[in-house]
Amino acid sequence: MEYFVIVISAIFVNNILLAQFLGVCPFLGVSSKISTSVGMTGAVIFVMTIATVVTYLINTFLLVPFEIEYLKTISYILVIAALVQMVEIILKKVSPSMYQALGVFLPLITTNCAVLGVALLVIQKQMNLMQSTVFAVATGIGFGLALIIFAGLREHLDLMSLPKGMKGIPAALVTAGILAMAFMGFTGMV
Amino acid sequence: MNNHWANLTKGFIRENPVFVLLLGMCPTLGTTTSAINGMGMGLATAFVLVMSNMAISAVKNIIPDKVRIPSFIVIIASFVTIVDLLMAGYLPALHEQLGLFIPLIVVNCIVLGRAESFASKNGVFASIIDGLGMGLGFTFALIILGGTREILGSGAIFGYKFIGDNDGMLIFILAPGAFIALGYIIAIINKLKKA
Amino acid sequence: MAKKLESTFINMVIVLTTVSLIAAYALASVFNVTKEPIEQAALKKKLDAIAKVAPAFDNDPNADMFKLVAFEAAAGLDSLEVYPAKSAGKLVGYAVKSYTMKGFSGYIEVMIGFEKDGTIKGYSVLKHAETPGLGSKMPTWFSNEAKPSHCIIGKNPNNTKIQVSKDGGDIDAITAATISSRAFLDAIKRGYETLKQGGKYE
Repeated sequence: MEYFVIVISAIFVNNILLAQFLGVCPFLGVSSKISTSVGMTGAVIFVMTIATVVTYLINTFLLVPFEIEYLKTISYILVIAALVQMVEIILKKVSPSMYQALGVFLPLITTNCAVLGVALLVIQKQMNLMQSTVFAVATGIGFGLALIIFAGLREHLDLMSLPKGMKGIPAALVTAGILAMAFMGFTGMV
Repeated sequence: MNNHWANLTKGFIRENPVFVLLLGMCPTLGTTTSAINGMGMGLATAFVLVMSNMAISAVKNIIPDKVRIPSFIVIIASFVTIVDLLMAGYLPALHEQLGLFIPLIVVNCIVLGRAESFASKNGVFASIIDGLGMGLGFTFALIILGGTREILGSGAIFGYKFIGDNDGMLIFILAPGAFIALGYIIAIINKLKKA
Repeated sequence: MAKKLESTFINMVIVLTTVSLIAAYALASVFNVTKEPIEQAALKKKLDAIAKVAPAFDNDPNADMFKLVAFEAAAGLDSLEVYPAKSAGKLVGYAVKSYTMKGFSGYIEVMIGFEKDGTIKGYSVLKHAETPGLGSKMPTWFSNEAKPSHCIIGKNPNNTKIQVSKDGGDIDAITAATISSRAFLDAIKRGYETLKQGGKYE
């Protein structure tokens, strides 16, 4: 697979959030402000890429040779949990303000379906290590793109007058749906 | 007994994990292309919820506080793997339909959430009931969303077609339709709650 | 509330190790129990597909399976599995498990049934991740015998161009799903050409 196709497909055509529904919880939770969305994206790209590489290596050199692939779910999620802990510790030291802003959403990266999802997808798609790494970075960028666009939209939504029942999450979901429709327009790019 | 009944039913309406607590969104949107798929996913999650709530509640006093989360994760991941293997062996068609979302049950916020907020602080029986209530409530939500999308998108319900082949609103089976359908359902429920 | 175990280092290590070991043991047990059913399910799916697509046979195509070098193989997928169908000892056709990497979502696996002269008898889509409602129509679209403009059953690739009409071929693509259609026909062509270059047609 050409790398260009992998990147374009991961960011636009098969956007992890808007086409594959992975990473929706933080999507609805964090995206009310653009600044937190940017911070979240950085953390997610970092965790996603390293997690994909580490889990790929575990799968290739440990799980498959010993025929214990059924331990994939357990080992993968433990790796991700450990990585998120690491990121928390590093962030607390390096940028306490960002750490504060992200708040509870940082440990929630562990339960971000997108991170575990990408680690599982690269095995399912039978990619090699280089392709998997590129795919992980690109998927993270796609996640960030959707997140930041959505944050911009939500900042506007909050200023509109809507029927009471639609305020907040329902309006956000319908907006996400329309954004997903827009992204469908990228079909055929590759 | 009254307490247990309230515990069981809270997962359906008052504290429905999807419509009220807004948890478990990923599988909700990703597996509800039809009512059957939604139901299958819901029941698999319910199984994990009940088993992990039970196990975690049973061992809550011998798990040191600092390693609480990793221990819960190992326990939950084990039951997810068990459900994955059982489905691959005995329900292969459903297993294939649900695909990636089965292992993703392990990161379903509902499961870890209930473990942390309920099972780690309550008795085994109460935790089982809680897991059952939340799991069935989740299944209920998935069937509603799956059914809505199936009716609007394929003109069928539980596989039983009642309109022509190409007459459905395709958008509802695709990604955008999931977001939109869920948004309106939650809006309707919000309206009903206030009434 | 009963007192919890203290978070001393020793306690933490012991508990985590014990939990992990119990988990690993439980999973290994379940794995051993479900190993057979999982293999059986996969085998049944394959045999059902072969039975559906190949001309009527009375042998065991799975037992007689052989591999051929794939036509225009993709990386790592050098050969195709061919299941010969025989009736009363004589060859009547083949089922071949072909693939394409060009699907909208990548890999599509198709079991194709050919008569012994290469005429397409039937097909069964085994694996795909195409868009629901669009590319996912592959199983019904190309086998709809009421619509000869896009049905491939009964056609022989040596006198019909198995390509979408947009690319100059003789088959109409699924409406709004050209990519999936192109990929599907690529898999069909791969199956046909693999048997041809292996000299398997009579």
